[in-house]
Amino acid sequence: MTSFWTLFSKELLRFIKVSVQTVAAPVLTSVLYLVIFGQVLEGRMQVFDGVRYTAFLVPGLVMMSVLQNAFANSSSSLIQSKITGNIVFILLAPISYAEFFWAYVAASMARGLAVGAGVLAVSAAFVELRLEAPHWTLAFALLGAALLGALGVLAGIVSEKIDQLAAFQNFVILPLTMLSGVFYSIQSLPGFWRGLSHANPFFYMIDGFRYGFFGASDVAPGVSLAIVATAFLAVALVCLLLLKSGYRLRT
Amino acid sequence: MSLAIEPGEFFGLLGPNGAGKTTLINVIAGLARADRGSVSVMGADVVADYRRARRMLGVVPQELVFDPFFTVRESLRIQSGYFGIRGNDAWIDEVMEHLDLTAKADANMRSLSGGMKRRVLVAQALVHKPPVIVLDEPTAGVDVELRQGLWQFVRRLNADGHTIVLTTHYLEEAELHCSRIGMLKGGRIVALDSTRNLLASVSGSRTTVHVMARDGTRHTLQIEGYARLERELARLRQQGVEIADIELERPDLEQVFLRLTS
Repeated sequence: MTSFWTLFSKELLRFIKVSVQTVAAPVLTSVLYLVIFGQVLEGRMQVFDGVRYTAFLVPGLVMMSVLQNAFANSSSSLIQSKITGNIVFILLAPISYAEFFWAYVAASMARGLAVGAGVLAVSAAFVELRLEAPHWTLAFALLGAALLGALGVLAGIVSEKIDQLAAFQNFVILPLTMLSGVFYSIQSLPGFWRGLSHANPFFYMIDGFRYGFFGASDVAPGVSLAIVATAFLAVALVCLLLLKSGYRLRT
Repeated sequence: MSLAIEPGEFFGLLGPNGAGKTTLINVIAGLARADRGSVSVMGADVVADYRRARRMLGVVPQELVFDPFFTVRESLRIQSGYFGIRGNDAWIDEVMEHLDLTAKADANMRSLSGGMKRRVLVAQALVHKPPVIVLDEPTAGVDVELRQGLWQFVRRLNADGHTIVLTTHYLEEAELHCSRIGMLKGGRIVALDSTRNLLASVSGSRTTVHVMARDGTRHTLQIEGYARLERELARLRQQGVEIADIELERPDLEQVFLRLTS
């Protein structure tokens, strides 16, 4: 277990040492989203009865921050270690592939949740929020961060260059996040796009997370949680198999 | 190839670029997978029993790699933790002392010179006190002072019972420190013997003697054993040569290396 704790602590320290860039900057970005979209759309959109648009927006922005930063943590750490070569220190050590995977995922969860908590704390200063079912909020935050942390591990293993990782981030993670209902309810979409949104696992994370705040969602939270958990298990399995085989890590 | 390195040996792995030295080390260290065959470190298979094998092994990689987020001490503590060791500061301090790193303990890795970074790589390989230490080109691009200090420390570790496996381009280092040498070419072992036998193999029992005369002429003698030296010198004197200086040319690994690998 010491190996796992050390790798986990190292990954924590790595982002804490540059927390202005890894925590404060994404919090600021999300708050800017809140200020701009809230200002423009407040009073023009009503998603749930009795819920102001800015209040509707906050959980989506919080979850988006959790997801994007969890992904950024594991993926950037791995690709940097691979490119600079210091991944060798981990590869030479008696660390099992499961310890490797969980340490990166757990540290990614920590960063995702830290940024999410920051966005929530700052937003609470502007917007009156209520938490109807905090256990759902927590469950989706943890599982969503774990899924994106695992996706970051996957992208970090598969990518050999920074631009490959950037392509994964810009063409997969970002569109899936932005089209997951952060800024709107999928009920407002035309039928085709609504159907397509149901194929996006990020939608279930945002929707379930939001349920914890308002007690209302497009899909029952239990169903969403099962879908997110299945997606996590699938990604985790692929990561563990790749790590066991040494794919793109050991020649 | 089939190669067994005995516990406590100071073994040199030599060969031209591309001979397979680093590949072999990477297979031993688990950084590369062999297509076939097996490798064990102190009886632990590097694939099936990789955790035990890696605990037995300390590898100083050839590339000058470091983690720019951490200080020297943090890097060494982290490396200890990877090997399952907590509270290792006493040994970390000792290793830093021997490698003249104490003054830089709290310096960020980014701020260190190349030579200092190389010292940290050596220290990282030693934090878990491995019985087998693999040094892949440890003195490439480092100053004389570090070389001296490093060899002194490595020889002490060897005297304490650590097995040392060394690859180097500096053949005189291998000749000076290694008790046995394997030479690789094209992924195969082309020579495997004690350093003394390898040196003898290139020269046999012949010694080359260069005699410089006072008039500036130079005479080269090939003699079979030192017993014949006096007779040959006497012959030169009889020819009127006034001897100013004598130089004995000893065979070196470079000759062995060139003969076997060219």
